[in-house]
Order: sequence, then structure tokens, then C-alpha cells
Amino acid sequence: MKVDRRSFLGLGIGAVAGIAVSPMGMKLTDDSAIWTQNWPWTPVPVDGKVNYEKSVCSLCPGSCGISVRKIDNRPVKIEGLADHPVNDGGACLHGIAGLQYLYDPARIKTPLKKNGANFEKISWNDAIELVAEKLSNMREKGSPEKLACITDKEQGSVSGLFKRLLKTFGSPEFYTMPSLESYLEITASALHGKGKTIAFDLENASFVLSFGAGIIEGWGSPVSCFKANASRKTRHAQLYQIEPRLSNTAANADRWIPVKPGSEADLALGISSVILKNNLFDSNATSNFKGDLNKLAAVLQKDYSLAKTAKITGVKPDDIKKIATLFAKAEMPVAVFGKGRGDGAQSLKELAAVHTLNCLVGNINKKGGAFVKPNNQYLEFPDVAMDSIAKTGFGKNKTGKYVNQFFEEVNRSSQSLIEALFIYNANPCYTLHDTKKIKKALDKIPFIVSFSSFLDETAMEADVILPSHTFMERFEDVPSSGGLVKTVVGLTRPVIRPLFNTKTPGDSLILIAKALKGNIAKSFPWTTYDKCLESLTSRIWNSLSEDGFAVLSNGMPGDSQPVDVSFLAKNPASLKAQGNYDLTLIPIDNMRLMSAATASSPFAVKTVSDSVLKGKDIVVEINPLTAKGLKNRGFAVLTTPMGKTRVKVNINEGMMPGVIGMVTGLGHTFDNKYVSNKGVNINDLIGQVIEPDSGLDAAFGIKASISKA
Amino acid sequence: MVQENHNSAYKFGMVIDLDKCTGCGSCMVSCMAENNVPFKEDETNKKDSITWMRVYKLTNDKPFPDTEVVYMPRPCQQCGGKGDHGHSPCVSVCPAVATDYGYDTGIVSQIYTRCFGCRYCMGACPYHARYFNWWDPKWPEGMEKYLSPNVSPRMRGVVEKCSFCYHRYQAARDKAYAHGNKDHIKEEDYQTACTTACPAGAIVFGDLNNPAHEVHQIVKPDPHPDPRNKHVAGKSRNPKIFRLLERLGTNPKVYYLSEREWVRKQGDNYLEGEWEKIKNHHGKASHG
Repeated sequence: MKVDRRSFLGLGIGAVAGIAVSPMGMKLTDDSAIWTQNWPWTPVPVDGKVNYEKSVCSLCPGSCGISVRKIDNRPVKIEGLADHPVNDGGACLHGIAGLQYLYDPARIKTPLKKNGANFEKISWNDAIELVAEKLSNMREKGSPEKLACITDKEQGSVSGLFKRLLKTFGSPEFYTMPSLESYLEITASALHGKGKTIAFDLENASFVLSFGAGIIEGWGSPVSCFKANASRKTRHAQLYQIEPRLSNTAANADRWIPVKPGSEADLALGISSVILKNNLFDSNATSNFKGDLNKLAAVLQKDYSLAKTAKITGVKPDDIKKIATLFAKAEMPVAVFGKGRGDGAQSLKELAAVHTLNCLVGNINKKGGAFVKPNNQYLEFPDVAMDSIAKTGFGKNKTGKYVNQFFEEVNRSSQSLIEALFIYNANPCYTLHDTKKIKKALDKIPFIVSFSSFLDETAMEADVILPSHTFMERFEDVPSSGGLVKTVVGLTRPVIRPLFNTKTPGDSLILIAKALKGNIAKSFPWTTYDKCLESLTSRIWNSLSEDGFAVLSNGMPGDSQPVDVSFLAKNPASLKAQGNYDLTLIPIDNMRLMSAATASSPFAVKTVSDSVLKGKDIVVEINPLTAKGLKNRGFAVLTTPMGKTRVKVNINEGMMPGVIGMVTGLGHTFDNKYVSNKGVNINDLIGQVIEPDSGLDAAFGIKASISKA
Repeated sequence: MVQENHNSAYKFGMVIDLDKCTGCGSCMVSCMAENNVPFKEDETNKKDSITWMRVYKLTNDKPFPDTEVVYMPRPCQQCGGKGDHGHSPCVSVCPAVATDYGYDTGIVSQIYTRCFGCRYCMGACPYHARYFNWWDPKWPEGMEKYLSPNVSPRMRGVVEKCSFCYHRYQAARDKAYAHGNKDHIKEEDYQTACTTACPAGAIVFGDLNNPAHEVHQIVKPDPHPDPRNKHVAGKSRNPKIFRLLERLGTNPKVYYLSEREWVRKQGDNYLEGEWEKIKNHHGKASHG
């Protein structure tokens, strides 16, 4: 057949028209959608009956109430619990991501024993027997005091049981990791006497003077702080934020006052000096000062005049005067301490200097001020049975006052100071300064028992791991802490049956105690931890089990408090950053990254900005004036006396010139590709600087240099 | 087709107080957990990181120490399109009717199994609110157990975006039906996951058409079109409230509130001098 022009065009037009009117196009589009989108590996979540359970989140000391949405027995979402006395509805990103901890494939699924460089699985019976045998040997040798223990906090029944085991065993070596709560107690102890803690009434304060406290960066009980901060707008309350970097808190504040890193204490003393000199103090309140106020006043007039303070801190004299006047004349002022999240290194000089401001303007135990209250006491332990070995061992002196000194002494000693160590809910190999030194100290301890749920940096160093349930799988009492005005105890409860072969830490301890027999077993008469918890909290158990929490005290303490400023009156020196470089490296606490014992979840890491983490590289903040020759988002080498690391650079006007900021919470090295091996751990780059008068590690940063890579 | 509840159409929207927002990221995580959003090893390439709700950082670009920073959460803006007639930029370009405008709710839908991944909608969206699944979602072994049955996990090759937690609307509607009042969904019964999670209370969500709802009381949407731009409807009568790229006439249902002028100015691109003329005319120009 001959195809002429006419028939060709006719056919063509016919074909186009045919395709256009036929449903084939639509059908193919539809089919391609069906073919390309129905894959057997795309999960189809199983449906079921929706139900909710109340519990308490214990990922951080915030102790927020949570509501867990379940489909049949399967938890699918965590949300804040409305009407809970701590958080009333809101939740932070880490708590919401809580299920990622529960289902984390990197969890420790069964007891483990170190064999050479690797772990091997063992049964619970064998694990407990192994621990009991090692411990019995120590007692037989008459050196029970060589058993030490590190946990996250003083309060709560689990720490209580650890302390109890140590006591009946015969060791005083109980330590807690630094936390805002521990600093509050240290400050209260220095200024007001032992057994007390401090809370800040941020909800009502009309003028908050924050010395770097990251009120919206995870400081204190985070959700409660977020709420108090958000209510500032309607209450017309003011927030002045003092720190070297434009943190989120500084950005949200009414005024940001940049201050040279490490000079916060000096600024606080400079402000006190103005208050004393200009008679801005509350004369009723100063009558509570027990001696030494005159001595302090003399020190302040001499060493903290406006001009001198301005020189040390970089804050203009007029501004210091203005801040002092505003603070002293505000209706309900409160000065807040604890840089960042408040759980990093702090100096007692700074803590005491800031809190002295509260004492001077007379806002102690007043609405909108600082509350000095007795420590939480709600647990009723029966008496501990102790034999003569236990009594002798327990009566010995502790190796160090705080955990950092403990590691220092273990490192220093030529003999084996500590033979066995229990570690629960703490990751010192990651969270303490100079992580290499901490690992070295752990290497010197022959037997380490970890109670961790995850194989983190410290658990890797353990000889035996007795894995704990996550907070979704167990009962535990969770006392509120970290400067919260109300004293609340929450109850964490299991919302799902344990996924793996793990135990409640309390049960592990009871089993160890029973295996040790004698007085030790007698001191742990309970069959299970759950029974133990019920009897220890019998006074508040009804409320705990019914409401999920018990409010121990709601209002402010009524009494006046004695104030002792003798520590400051001795005029302790401010500490310098270690090293000789020109710049100062400081840590940045970022709300989206956890930096304590619990690592961040995959969701949390996902939300981190690409100006903090890019690929596997950490991004440091630096002012354009300091970043001479460096390109924004380019590579650089950061050097401190502790070591060198490759970083990316974020040139940022919100950073004080001369300072480099690096986020905390990155650089984990355990096995979890979503969370680990991203960036560096700033604690590898900063060394300890011990404050001589307190024994605290007070390294606010370290000297550093940065150059093009 | 007859619009069944024509007289009682909802217009769900939100207002975000940028002065209260702390940039904490709770809204982002709550959204991901609620809507089965996956995660992968490296999420630092933000162009392929699926975040229905994304928090942006804004700065006033002033040198130290006058620098200021504000965070801006950005869900899907649920545009009503020009004149608020339902011709949202993405809906208008979708060849597969995989995304559609709900006249009964004002919510722009996304039907994953209809989408074949042409990504026209992503090009059309002025807010970068849409994300493409370049890879199959993968949950580490065991973690798929926390997935919610209310939202289907998406597969490789489709576009996804914020739905104002539509499944929560459905649940609230079912509840209203069960209580015999099908046209009246209670304010507290339908709240998005970001709203309930926000620890600062910065997000307020509700029906913009209902004067009893807090979001209406804060936004005070102008019932008349903007006389200077007939495509713009529902402008806020509060001069501190703005929408993103408002003058495009996309008519988003997400409003932002800030006391800081430089923040409001960043809501759009202005020629030199234009902002000065426009800034005091928010919603006041219409009808005296």
C-alpha cells in the first residue's frame, strides 16, 4: 500500500484523536501508580482498640507526666499528660520520641559477660552468681570499701537501694553524676546549710536575671520552664539573659547581655557590689546573714568596683549599674544559675555569687523568688543490718568528694583503690570532661558491673552487664528535681511487657543481695522490687498508684533561711580556661540533643539543624571577626590542649568574638547508625579544671585555636 | 455533587506565636511520631529530609551584639488558592488528582496510592512543604511495631506532606456523629499533634470560621477580600499577624504572630520602600 501525504496525516490525526478519547491514558497512569506503590515490604500497621495509659517520663530529670496511646497492647505514641502537676500537657521532643528507645535494636537484650574484647551472652543466674562471687571475695579479704557505685542521682528508690547495698556491704563509695539538682544542693549547703535544695519560682517572677541558664534549652524541668517562659508575654515579666552566645534563651529574652566566658561569677559579684554600695538591698533580708556580710561587702568594694567588673566581664559599667538597679527594684526578681542545662561543669563561686543576689534583695521564700526547701523525703527504708566488716568499711573515708575527684584519685593511685564498680544510669566515659582519662581510670578497676539498657560508651567498658528495662517496661518512683517549685513524686509504670530478657534494676540488686547472703540478704527482705517500692512509698502509694503522682508540697516554704556568705567573703579566685591559645571553646547545650546518660533518639537527631551537624561533621559557631580566613560552611581544624579535630564552620553574628561554640551531645561511638559517629564529643576536647575551694570540676571551656583545614 | 454540609463548612487553620516559639523541635517530633514519618542514617541534607513540620531559623542579620533570632515552624499552609476558592497551587497542577482541596474542611489532601511521583506539586508549592520519597522507608528491626494504624506508611516514589492530622479530624467527626451532632466538632476534639505537643503553647489550632474558637479570636480574619488585591481573602485584622507570601494570593490557613517588625517583614519579599507603605495596612484597608 502506498502511503501518501494525505493518508499519513489522516492516520496520524486519527491516532492522536483515538488516544485522546480512549481511557487508556488514564488507565495506564492508574496502573503505574498501583504497580509502583504496592510493595510487600511497606509495613501495614495492625489496627486494634485504642487505649491510653498514664506514666512518667524518666529520660531526663524533668519527670513529666506522659500519656501513652496504645493499639491493643502496642504503644504507638507518647504525649504530654494534661493536668499533671509538672508539665500539664506539653512534652519535649525526647519524651515524644520515647518509643524509639523502647524498640531500639541497639538495646542490650540479655545479660552479657566480657570475654576478651567481646561480650558473650550469659544467663541471669550465672551473671548474678558471678557478681556475687566477686563481691564475696572482697568481703572475705576484708576490703568491702573497694566497691564503688555511680548513679545519676541521690533521690529515688533505685539510688536508695544502691546506697543500701553499699552500706550493708561496707562501702561509703557512693557517687552521683553532676546534675542541676546536685548543684542546687551544693549551693544550698554552702549558703543555707545541709539537707536543702533550691527552687526558682519562674512562673511568677517579674524579672528573671539568668546567668546562662538555658531556660528553654533543657534546663531544670524543661516543659515546666517552657511554660513559665511562654507566660512571660502575658504577665509582662522580663528576662535578661547573660551569656557569651545568643542561645535560644537569649534570643527569646527581653535583653541579651554578652559576657566573657567564665566571668559570670564576677558579673554577679559586681552587681552585688552595686546593690550594697547604693543601699538597694533589702534590710530585713540582710538580717538573716550570719556574719561575714561586712567582710564580703569590703571585698566587693575593693575588687568588684564598676570599672573592675566591667573590665573582667566585658559588660559596660552603665549596664551593670542598670541591671543591678532593675533587679533590686523589681517587684519579684529572681537570679538563676546553672549554665546551659545546668548539668555541666560549674564553679561554686558562680553558683554562690548568683544566689547571693537572691539573698540580698530578700526574695528567698517569697512569691516569684527563690525557694530554699528541705530535700525530698518520702521513702521509708527499714534499718540496714551491718556486721563488723560492713561497719569498718563503711566508716572509712571516701576516695573523692565528687565523682570527678573519684576518677582523678583512681588514676593517681598506684595500687588498686577500687576493685569493683556498679554503674547505673550514668555514662561518665561520654559526659565527663577528658573522656580518655575517665576510660583510663575504668581500665584500672578490675570488675565493672553496668545496669545499662544500651551498650553505651561506659557499658562497653563493663565486665558484666545486667541490662535494665527501659522506663516503658517498669515501675519506678520519679522525684521531681532541678529547681521545680512543687515537690512532686511521679510513678513510672510499665506500659508494655518487657521486650527482652532484661530486669528492673531494683530486682537485679535484690538478687545480688540475696546471693550475698547473711546481713546483706537480710537488708533486702523484699521478694521483688515492685513490692519493695510499694512498701517504701507506703505513705503516698495510694496517690501514686491512682493518680500516677503525689504532690508532697505545693506552695512556698514559709520560714526564713539563714545565709552564710563566708565562702565568697574569702574572695575565691575565678578559674581560668586551661591552655595558651587565643580563643576559648565553650559548650553549647541544644534542646534537640541529649547530652547526659541517655543519648538522643533518631527522631531528635533528625531535627538537628544542618548548621550544627552536616553529614558526619560537627559545625562550630564563630563570630565573623574571629573567623579570619575561614569560609562559612568550610572545613577547619580546631585545636585545644587536649587534642585536635576537624570541624565545619558556621560564621555567626550571635557568637561573641574570641569564642568558639560547639554543641554537646554529638560524637557518640556506640553501635547505632542513626545516632552515633556523628560529629565529635566536646568532652574529648575539654580537660578538668578543679576549683580548689569546692572540689568541683569548673572547666567552663578551654583555650583553643582554629585554622583552615 | 451536592456539598452536603454546605452551610457549616469548617475552615481549619492555625496561628503560631513566634514570640513564644523556642525552636525546641517538639512539634517536629510529635508530627513524625504521629504520622509514621520515617528516618534514615543521614538526615542532614535537609532537601531530602522528610519533615512535614519544619522549624526554620530567622535572623535579623545585624552584627554582634544586636543579632536577633526567631524560630518559625512551617507545616503545610493548606492554601485556599486565589480568592480562597480552593485552587491551591499544588491541587491545580496535580495530573492524578492525588491532592485535592476539601471544601468541607479547607484541608489539602494527599492520597499516596494515587500519586505517581511527578512532583509537579512540589514545584508549585511556594512553601517547600511537600516532600518526595526518594527511598523506601525503612525502620530498624522491631521499630515498625510503634507505627500507628491511623496513617498509612508511604512508599518510594510518592509525595507526602502535612495533612493537619486529618485522621484526628476523622476521629473527631466520628465522635460528633456518635453524639448526634454531626455538624459540630468540638474545638478540643480536633487538635493537631504539633499543637498538643508544643510545650510553650505557641500554636493555636481550630476553625477559622467559628467565632467561638480561639484561633478565630486571635486572627480575626477579614470577611472581605483585600481591596488592594482581590485574590487575597481572610487577611488578619491584627497588624501583628501575617501569612507567608501573603500577596501571592495563595491564602494560607497558617497565620504567624510576632511583636517584632523585622520578623513580620520576612514573611514576604519586599521591594525597597514597599514595606513602609504596606506594614500598617494589615487588614485595615478594607471597608474603612
